Amino acid sequence: MTRLPSDRRHPVCFRLNGRPVHGEAEPRLLATDFLRQNIGATGVHVGCEHGVCGACTITVDGMLTRACLTLAVQIDGCDVRTIEGLAPSADRLGTLQSAFRRHHALQCGFCTPGILMSLDHFLRQRASPNRAEIRELLSGHLCRCTGYTPIVEAALEVAADIAAECKSEKGEASDA
Amino acid sequence: MKPAPFDYVRAETIDEALATLANEGGEARIIAGGQSLMAMLNMRLAKPKTVVDIMRLKNLDRIEEKAGVVVVGAAVRQASLMGWPALPERLPLIALALPWTGHVQTRSRGTICGSIAHADPSAEMPLALIALGGEVHLRSARSRRRIAARDFFTGMMTTERADDELIEAVSFPVTPGRHCAFREVARRHGDFAIVACAAVATRDGVRLAVGGVADAPVARDWPRLDGSALDDALNAFAYDLDARDDIHATARYRRDLVRLIGRDLVREVCL
Repeated sequence: MTRLPSDRRHPVCFRLNGRPVHGEAEPRLLATDFLRQNIGATGVHVGCEHGVCGACTITVDGMLTRACLTLAVQIDGCDVRTIEGLAPSADRLGTLQSAFRRHHALQCGFCTPGILMSLDHFLRQRASPNRAEIRELLSGHLCRCTGYTPIVEAALEVAADIAAECKSEKGEASDA
Repeated sequence: MKPAPFDYVRAETIDEALATLANEGGEARIIAGGQSLMAMLNMRLAKPKTVVDIMRLKNLDRIEEKAGVVVVGAAVRQASLMGWPALPERLPLIALALPWTGHVQTRSRGTICGSIAHADPSAEMPLALIALGGEVHLRSARSRRRIAARDFFTGMMTTERADDELIEAVSFPVTPGRHCAFREVARRHGDFAIVACAAVATRDGVRLAVGGVADAPVARDWPRLDGSALDDALNAFAYDLDARDDIHATARYRRDLVRLIGRDLVREVCL
């Protein structure tokens, strides 16, 4: 059994977007504040702080996670992914991000990191989702600018691209 | 919106978790998926001195069917039960209700037992447990006991669980081939229910359970009813639930929903 006293900071070591990182946190520190203020991952947005708005959505050990409903000490030893890991490099956008730009799927951008993390996770699991499934996924996020429709369009476009890619890969494999 | 200070205990065995509860009683809270407790901590509606994390315990993450019930351990996440291949056949009501529990992003972390421990009056899992006549398996350092769902929920977010007890598992009776129905009205999909209803065919009739209206989910058993007899029974039930006005809906609207959804569901399972 490990007891971490409330009045001290404790080491938290984990992988962030594939890179080992470490920091220190009091037990009551939320993963949102820890990731932003101690680690510098400011793409994790702090919205409602009770799990409703979805702006802080990240993945922890492959599970979609509200960072505001997670303690920093709980991610010790975990594999954490945030929006910072989505683009291939600092000067290039990822596929999903590019689609968001093309479809005007963001305006103020506050909710965007959480939505991108949810969609990225979802599109990896689900080959060709339909509109209703994407809308159901988006029900876990609040966006006050777009009305959601452009987000759905962007997601469907990426899903279609992935499906086409898989098809052509399969075609190549059978040619060989 | 930041939690008050607390000690964090990472239990490695169930005995460690139970010993902490025995020593600290009402000052300690169990955290599993954290989807209810963390919000309570953030809003300082709960200010425990110690938070005991049970997600690293072995054997609590099991889903097992034995002797006509499915036993769901304390660390089983809602998404895991939803993905259990036998779910639609063995527990069709749970298969219908789980997609209404929170969102994809909270079901991936939240546990079944945690939802039952939290006992929100509009939550789906307590409702389903009542509708199916399930049991809550409680364990403390001194004893083990099982409580029927109808005796477990004692009021708004209050249960029969003693301060030193842990919900080790919950069990749902399997209902293969029995008609079940579930429906919920909420402002948006995944929001807290204004009214949620579950119906299960019983040997000689139907059981209707209603959540979101009274302080805890309530079930009622009827023989096969139809026509005005059903309407009268639903009307009496709706009034007995003691609905109240709140910012989401009026008491009258809630009673209307109970009558309307109740009738549809009872007819659906009595077909």
